[in-house]
Amino acid sequence: MGRETPELPMASMADIAFMLLIFFLVATTMDMDSGLQRVLPPMPEDDQIEEDQQIRERNVFIVLVNARDQLMVEGENIPIELLRERAKEFIANPNDEPHLPEKEMKEVPYFGEVYATRTAIISLQNDRGTSYGMYIRVQNELAAAYRELRDDLAMEQFGRPFNALGESEQEAVREIYPMTISEAEPREVGGN
Amino acid sequence: MSKFQRKDKGKMPKISVAALPDIVFMLLFFFMVSTTMREVTTMVSQSLPEATEVSRLEKRSLVSNIYIGTPLPAYQALYGTSPRIQLDDSFADVEDIAQFIASEREARDESEIPFMTTSLRVDQYTRMGIVTDVKQALRRANALRINYSSRETETAF
Repeated sequence: MGRETPELPMASMADIAFMLLIFFLVATTMDMDSGLQRVLPPMPEDDQIEEDQQIRERNVFIVLVNARDQLMVEGENIPIELLRERAKEFIANPNDEPHLPEKEMKEVPYFGEVYATRTAIISLQNDRGTSYGMYIRVQNELAAAYRELRDDLAMEQFGRPFNALGESEQEAVREIYPMTISEAEPREVGGN
Repeated sequence: MSKFQRKDKGKMPKISVAALPDIVFMLLFFFMVSTTMREVTTMVSQSLPEATEVSRLEKRSLVSNIYIGTPLPAYQALYGTSPRIQLDDSFADVEDIAQFIASEREARDESEIPFMTTSLRVDQYTRMGIVTDVKQALRRANALRINYSSRETETAF
């Protein structure tokens, strides 16, 4: 056996570690960035002739938010709590009603022939005076409507929620309920 | 006579602190792994809106942040109380966004540019006017992937 190694003083080790710890506490953040992800439509080219696409009134779901954060859906003043149900009814048109979007037979992988809405566009228009919080709540409700419909469909067909599906299965569900939210340029009417 | 008689009456027993550095190091490693470096100090108020349908932003290196809100009290004397845009570490105008996006693109690999996301970190009490101007500027700069930064909650109302 060799000589006994001399014991190192360990008392200051804790101080050093504390110093490092406090540095990391101060210099770092914990919050993961999360939010609603969207893709903006590309800017139209200057020389492009504006094509006025004829979309029938029954295929468009108009959501207006004014400067006082009041909501108007299809000409009706409703509280935001009802928006999700109304949007779901519009997107799926379960009872094939004449004032809701047209339906047609679609050929979709995994599902075969499906009787689904052809084009169901949600048109969202807000005022420049609308608060951002309200805008996000409306966006959130619309996203929730799509998510609930897709979840129901995925549960029915695959027995799993939408997020648990594979890539191609998700694509098929998305084909039946495509997310089409169109945002018009905001108007400046309501003042402050 | 008690069985457990203290031998050194009046003297404080020594507490071993040998495990203390281990505990502190454990905490240190936890914080090093679970947090990320703070990149900018926000100079505008940031009370983000709440939403239930949020998804996580996967790649932090491909995200550029635009902060919008009223300047914090310390900056109000200089910059006023109406909502302002903050890019990196300074206040900016809508016209500066094109330049900002261009410099963010330059810093990244060319193959990564289509996957870059702009995260709008907007205070919930801001009016939509300024947000719309920023969105239009992003469309002109062809930075189309955006994220409305919001906190996750269980119930929306």
